Amino acid sequence: MLISPQDLQRDAEAALPRLRQQHAALLSNRAQANRLLLGLVLAGGLALFAMVWLDFSLVRVVTGLGRLAGFAGMMFPPSTGGHLATYLQSMAETLAIAYLGTLTAAILAFPIGFLAARNVIPNPFVHFGVRRFLDTIRGVDVLIWALIWVNVVGLGPFAGILAIACSDFGSFGKLFSEAIETADRKPVEGVLSAGGSALHGHRFGILPQVLPVIGSQVLYFFESNTRSATIIGIVGAGGIGVHLAEQIRVLEMQQVLFLILMILIAVALIDLVSSRLRHAMIGARANS
Amino acid sequence: MSVVSSLSDERRRSLTSVYDEAVRGKRRRLILFLAVVVGLAILAGWTADVRLLALAENIGRFTSYIGRILPDLSFATFFSDVAAWYWDFGGWLGLLVETLLIAYLGTLLGGLAAFLLCFLAASNLVPNAPLRFAAKRTLEVCRTVPEIVFALLFVIAFGLGPMAGVLAIALHTTGALGKLFAEVVENIDMKPIEGVRAAGGSWVQAIRYAVLPQVLPNFASYALLRFEINVRGASVMGFVGAGGIGQALVTAIRQFYYSDVSAILLLIILTVVAIDLGTERVRHRLIGLQGAH
Repeated sequence: MLISPQDLQRDAEAALPRLRQQHAALLSNRAQANRLLLGLVLAGGLALFAMVWLDFSLVRVVTGLGRLAGFAGMMFPPSTGGHLATYLQSMAETLAIAYLGTLTAAILAFPIGFLAARNVIPNPFVHFGVRRFLDTIRGVDVLIWALIWVNVVGLGPFAGILAIACSDFGSFGKLFSEAIETADRKPVEGVLSAGGSALHGHRFGILPQVLPVIGSQVLYFFESNTRSATIIGIVGAGGIGVHLAEQIRVLEMQQVLFLILMILIAVALIDLVSSRLRHAMIGARANS
Repeated sequence: MSVVSSLSDERRRSLTSVYDEAVRGKRRRLILFLAVVVGLAILAGWTADVRLLALAENIGRFTSYIGRILPDLSFATFFSDVAAWYWDFGGWLGLLVETLLIAYLGTLLGGLAAFLLCFLAASNLVPNAPLRFAAKRTLEVCRTVPEIVFALLFVIAFGLGPMAGVLAIALHTTGALGKLFAEVVENIDMKPIEGVRAAGGSWVQAIRYAVLPQVLPNFASYALLRFEINVRGASVMGFVGAGGIGQALVTAIRQFYYSDVSAILLLIILTVVAIDLGTERVRHRLIGLQGAH
């Protein structure tokens, strides 16, 4: 015998109050709702406080948006302003800064990575000290490093290379040491049991495991450093950012758009090449 | 040993030659790789105008610079020395708070925008390809243009001050978080959505009751990670006049107020490390929550 849908619905609605009463604790989510509300009020309150402290005003937002729309109109069509050769050379300089900075950082961080790894240096004071040292370096933004190096070696791309090398040195040291710590111990035991020294253990037991990881990390940082290298010119440390900051200051919006497009294209190309290489590397590791 | 020596000469020679050939091939590849790396380095060094001699000369200047920015602290007058080093502690603390608020507001506004856009950019929720394409490209442009470039433009449009910094960070955060959020959304379990749709729920209801509970812990974790990054970003916004502690730092560096440089740098480092440690705790708890579900 079939029950009609209408009957079914009527039965369900009749049973609903009883079910609500029986499983009140399960069905009510008042505690959760209260917590959520409290969180939202706190977040919203802090946001309001921030807006007051930071001097937000609707008038400025509206006039600013109007001016931005004006800039956007001035941007088209993008134009080189007759400086194409200069811009291309600066772009090459940017890539060179990223490449040399990453390479220097990787070479310097490689031995430090071993020092900061718990399974290589069992002395907790050494790796704790090295880790905190690396954290300190990492806490300083690349633009700050650039500003400091500009003061030391003068304006130009050389300061940019040193800035990128410094800021990456901290990150690489940490990442390398983590890669080394997660390496499998068994190959090392194998080398040691065959009569190898501790150094042989590191060379033939750990190094082959960590090199692909390190390689892919270095490539990944090269990608992100291409982005960093485009902006360190703002403080005078070479690369395309020098021109970008200058053209923005004199409101040559057509050239600004051209430079931004150039950066976007260059970054996209580097991403493409390096993600290919990284996949090849990780693939090689998976196969071996 | 006797087993090895019992191999015939001919067999041993062929094995050795195969082994040597393999080793030689590997070595050749290594040398080629190193040659490419070194060649590129030389080319890059020539492009970027690197003079190693200049570096050797300047290394001394770097160490002397470090020596100059370090404060003059002695044990006898330690407390008064520290007080002299941090002579403008109140002012710098105010700027630090401003930096943190810039990062907070930028992350919040950018996170909200990313939250709204990410559902449009997720291929499993939006079958409309042109709309998805537009959302994805918008996020990509916001992500790829560095926040400091936005800040340079916004300082001119909105005037000097922290508001330009907040908007610049918010715009960049929209791009960065939008991509991560969209990836989270693309990896969800689709069955709850089918359940809501089958029970007669609309698209918005499906998002609210089927998607949100799955993605919120991950969203919060990514947003916190971004907050960490944005604190660093906000600390340099002052370089282009967009508010925060960077303003004081750039003045100190440019005007050669040596001990101020180290004082402000130390404050920035301590803040960044404290924020890192704090958010790391919260993130681990969030991810733990998700694992318990």
